[in-house]
Amino acid sequence: MRQAISPPSLMAMTQDQAHDHAQALAEQVRQAYVKKQPLAISGGGSKGFYGLPVEGETISLCDYQGIISYEPSELVITARAGTPLHIIEAVLAEKGQMLGFEPPHYDPNATLGGTIACGLSGPRRPFSGAARDFVLGVTMINGKGDILRFGGQVMKNVAGYDVSRLMCGAQGTLGVLLEVSLKVVPIPNYEETQVLNCTEAEMHRLLSELGRQPLPISATLFHDDQLYIRLSGTAMGVPSAARIIGGAPLRDEHLWSQIKEQQHPFFQSEQICWRLSLPPAANPIPTEIAKDQLIEWGGAQRWIYSEASDSDILQWAEANGGHATAVDRGIRGSTRFHPLSPALLSLSKRIKQSFDPAGILNAGRLYPDL
Amino acid sequence: MTLLSANLRDNLLNSLLPELCQLIPAQSIITEIEQLRTFECDAFTTMRQLPLLTVLPETIEQVQHVMRCCYQLNIPVVARGAGTGLTAGSMPVENGVLLGMSKFDEIHDIDLNNRTALIGPGVRNQSVSDAVAPYNLYFAPDPSSQLACSVGGNVAENAGGVHCLKYGLTVHNILELELVTIEGELITLGSAALDAAGYDLTAIMTGSEGLLGIVVKIRVKLLPIPTSTRVMLAAFATIEDAGDAIAAVIGAGIIPAGLEMIDQTGICAIEELMHAGYPTDAAAIIICELDGSVAEVEDELNNVIAIFTHLNATDIQIASNAEESKRIWAARKAAFPALARLAPDNYIMDGTIPRRALSQVWKQINQLAEQYQLQVVNVFHAGDGNMHPSILFDASDEEQHQRAFELGTRILELCIQVGGTISGEHGIGLEKINQMCLQFSSTELQQFHALKQAFDAKQLLNPGKQIPTLARCSEFNAMHVHQGEMPFPHLERF
Ligand SMILES: Cc1cc2nc3c(=O)[nH]c(=O)nc-3n(C[C@H](O)[C@H](O)[C@H](O)COP(=O)(O)OP(=O)(O)OC[C@H]3O[C@@H](n4cnc5c(N)ncnc54)[C@H](O)[C@@H]3O)c2cc1C
Repeated sequence: MRQAISPPSLMAMTQDQAHDHAQALAEQVRQAYVKKQPLAISGGGSKGFYGLPVEGETISLCDYQGIISYEPSELVITARAGTPLHIIEAVLAEKGQMLGFEPPHYDPNATLGGTIACGLSGPRRPFSGAARDFVLGVTMINGKGDILRFGGQVMKNVAGYDVSRLMCGAQGTLGVLLEVSLKVVPIPNYEETQVLNCTEAEMHRLLSELGRQPLPISATLFHDDQLYIRLSGTAMGVPSAARIIGGAPLRDEHLWSQIKEQQHPFFQSEQICWRLSLPPAANPIPTEIAKDQLIEWGGAQRWIYSEASDSDILQWAEANGGHATAVDRGIRGSTRFHPLSPALLSLSKRIKQSFDPAGILNAGRLYPDL
Repeated sequence: MTLLSANLRDNLLNSLLPELCQLIPAQSIITEIEQLRTFECDAFTTMRQLPLLTVLPETIEQVQHVMRCCYQLNIPVVARGAGTGLTAGSMPVENGVLLGMSKFDEIHDIDLNNRTALIGPGVRNQSVSDAVAPYNLYFAPDPSSQLACSVGGNVAENAGGVHCLKYGLTVHNILELELVTIEGELITLGSAALDAAGYDLTAIMTGSEGLLGIVVKIRVKLLPIPTSTRVMLAAFATIEDAGDAIAAVIGAGIIPAGLEMIDQTGICAIEELMHAGYPTDAAAIIICELDGSVAEVEDELNNVIAIFTHLNATDIQIASNAEESKRIWAARKAAFPALARLAPDNYIMDGTIPRRALSQVWKQINQLAEQYQLQVVNVFHAGDGNMHPSILFDASDEEQHQRAFELGTRILELCIQVGGTISGEHGIGLEKINQMCLQFSSTELQQFHALKQAFDAKQLLNPGKQIPTLARCSEFNAMHVHQGEMPFPHLERF
C-alpha cells in the first residue's frame, strides 16, 4: 500500500532502515507498556513549553526523518514525524506549494510530528483552516506498541473513525506519530498587506462586514489601534480587494512571520501571556482583564497580559463562548489549558484509556489526568 | 416473523413502552408494522429491517429520555436523519429503537457577525443555505442529495459534495456539536470559537455514523457567496486525456470550486434525462467551476482554457450566464436518477484514489465490468479523486445481484491497491462493512472498537455497522482468500 516513489534526495533513510527504526520505536513502547513505564515523546524539542511537565523515559522521533512521497499534482505530502518542518516547507516551496495552516516553528528544530501533535496553526488559520483540517492520514504507535494506520493519502476518506484528526492537538497522549500525510495548497501568486488606523470596536465592525464578502483575506492583526489585513490571491484579485478594504499598503515584509513565530515585541515579556480563543466577534475583553492585547484571526485569537486572577480570565472566556490558555514560552512544561467540564473530562479519560491503557504516553502533558 | 421472535418483540415492547411514555407523547411513538415500513431502509434499498419501534422526539430532553430507557433495558438505538444514506447506515437493527431526528428541523440562530448558524440536526442541508442567502452567505457542503438529506446525517457521514475540493467536507464546516450520549448525558463538543480545549472530539464525531452518540445541535460555518462564478464543460476523446487535464489544472496551482468528470455512458444517460447539451460523442467530459472575485476568476478561467486546449479538448463550452451554469450543474446533480433509468438496480461505489491513478483505475474497472458481464458507469469527483462507479444490475435475478456485489468488492480492492480508500463520502454502514476488513488490519479494527467502547460501553448505538468484528473479518477474509490469492500479499501492512 505504501507508495514510496520519490526522488532519493528526499529520503533521509531507506525504506528498510525506516521500517527497522519504526519497529524499534514500537518495541520501546511495547516494553514500556508491559512495565507501565511512562514515556516522554520528543521531536525537535521546540514546543517543550506547550503543556504541563512530562516525566518518563524519552522516546525520540528526531532521527525518524524523511519525505516518503510528494507529488505536487496530488496536493499531498507524506513524511516521517521527525522530519524538520523547514525541510518540508522548502521542498513544497520548490514546487510552488505550502502548508495551508502556516504553522509556527518557534525554533529551527521544529518537526512535523511535533507540529501536528501540538496542533498549532498560524495567521492563515481562520481563512484556510487549522492543522487538523489538512491532516489526511497518520501512521502511529498506540500505547500498547501496535503500529496503526488511519486515514490515507487521499483527499476524502470516511472509512472508520477519523483517528488522524483526533491525533492533532492530542500532544502525543493518544499515540506516537510516525508518519503524517497532509493536504498542501498552492502558494498564492500575489500578497499584499493593508494597514488601517482604527479602534477595537471599529475593527470588529469592519471585519464582520468584510467577512461577508468573498475577499482573499489571509490574515489579520490588531495592535495599538492599527489593523493589518493581509490579502493573498491572484495578481488582479488582490489589488481589487485592497481598494475595497482601504488603508495604506504596508512595506514591512517581516510582520507576519514575526507574528507567527511570536517574535513581535508584544511577545517579548517575562510575564505569562494568555491566549483567548473566542468567537471572532466576541465582546472586547474588558480592561480589568486585558492590560495589553494583540488580536489575530479576525478576532478569534486574542493574546493578553493580565493582572486578573486565573479564575476571572477563565470565566470571562467561557462566558463569551471560548476558552483560555496560559502560555509561558520561556519555561518548559508551563502551559496550562482551560479546564474541561466533568462530563468532557471523563469522556476524554476513557478515550485516552482506549489508546493508551497503561497511561504511559506523555501522561499529564495536556491535563493531569490524561 | 416466527412465534419466538414475535414473543420477544412483545416482551420488549411491554417493558420499553411504559418507560418511554413517561416523557414521550404517544403520537411520537410508532409501533404499527405498516407504519414502521417507512423506516426499514435508507436509500440502499436492498437491505431492510423493521425496528422494534420508531420514536420521533421533539426536544433534547426527550432524546435523553429515550437513551436512558434504552440504556437501562439494553435496547439498541439507531439514529436516522432523512434516510438518504447509501450504505444502510440508518437501517434499523432487529429489536432496536429507531430514533428519527426529523423533528429537529429548527434553525435556532443565525449569527451574522461570526458567520455561523446554530441548527437542529434534522434541518435539510439546502435549507441552511436558503435561510442565509439573503445575507450573502451559504453552507458549503453540498451533497447531490442536498434537497433531502439532513445536516445531522451529513455530520454522521462527513458528507462531501461537488465543491469540497475547495471548501472542504462537513468536518471542515462545523464548529460545535451537542451530543446526547447513550447514558443520556448532554455534552458540548467544540465551541463557537475556532478551537476548543482538550481532544478534537468534533473531528471524531464527524463520520462516526451514529455509533458514538446522537447529535442534537450543530453550529455550522457560513461562507460568503462568491461574487463571480464561471462554469465550463470540456470534452475529451480519451479517458487519458481527461485524466491528464485534471492533473494539469491542479498542478498549475488552480483549485477549482468544482472539478467533475463523467464517462460516455453517464453523459448519454444524463443527456437523455436532462437535455443539458452534454456532448454525447465524447469519451469523457470535465465540468470545471471557478469562483472568487471577478478579477480572480477571469485570471483562472483563461489559464484553465489554455490547459484544456493544450491537452486536446475536443470541445469547450463556457457558460455565459447563471442560467447556463445552472443547467450544466443540474444535469450533473441528476446523475443518479439518470442512471436509475438504465437498469432496475444500481449499485453506487464510493472509492477514492490518488488522482494520478485515475485513468489506470478507470480502465481496470471497465475490464472488470467486462469480466463480470455487467455495465459500470463512472461519475467522478475528479478534483479530489472520489469515484462513483455505478454498477447496473437487476436485483430480481439473484445470481446477477451476487455478481454485482462481487464486482463492487473488486472495484474497492482496486482502490485500496493504488493507495486509496473504500469510501470517500458515503460511509461504511452495513453495505461496505466487509471491505473494511481489506483496508484495516485487525489491530487497527481493535483500536476502533476500543474507541467505540469509550463512548458506548454496552455497544447499543447502531451496533453491527461501520466497524466489523474480527470474527466477521476472518470469515470474510477466508472466503476471499479462497477465491483468489491472499489479499495483497505484496503490501506491507505497517
Ligand atoms: C441521490 C443521492 C445523492 C447523494 N449524493 C451524495 C453526495 O454527493 N455526497 C455525499 O456525501 N453523500 C451523498 N449521498 C448520501 C447521503 O445523502 C449522505 O450520506 C447524507 O449525509 C445522509 O444524510 P441523511 O440525513 O439522509 O442521513 P441518514 O441516511 O438518515 O443517516 C445516515 C447515518 O447518519 C446517522 N445519523 C443521522 N442523524 C444522526 C444524528 N442526529 N446523530 C447521530 N447520527 C445520525 C445514521 O445513524 C446513519 O448512520 C447521496 C444520496 C442520494 C440518495
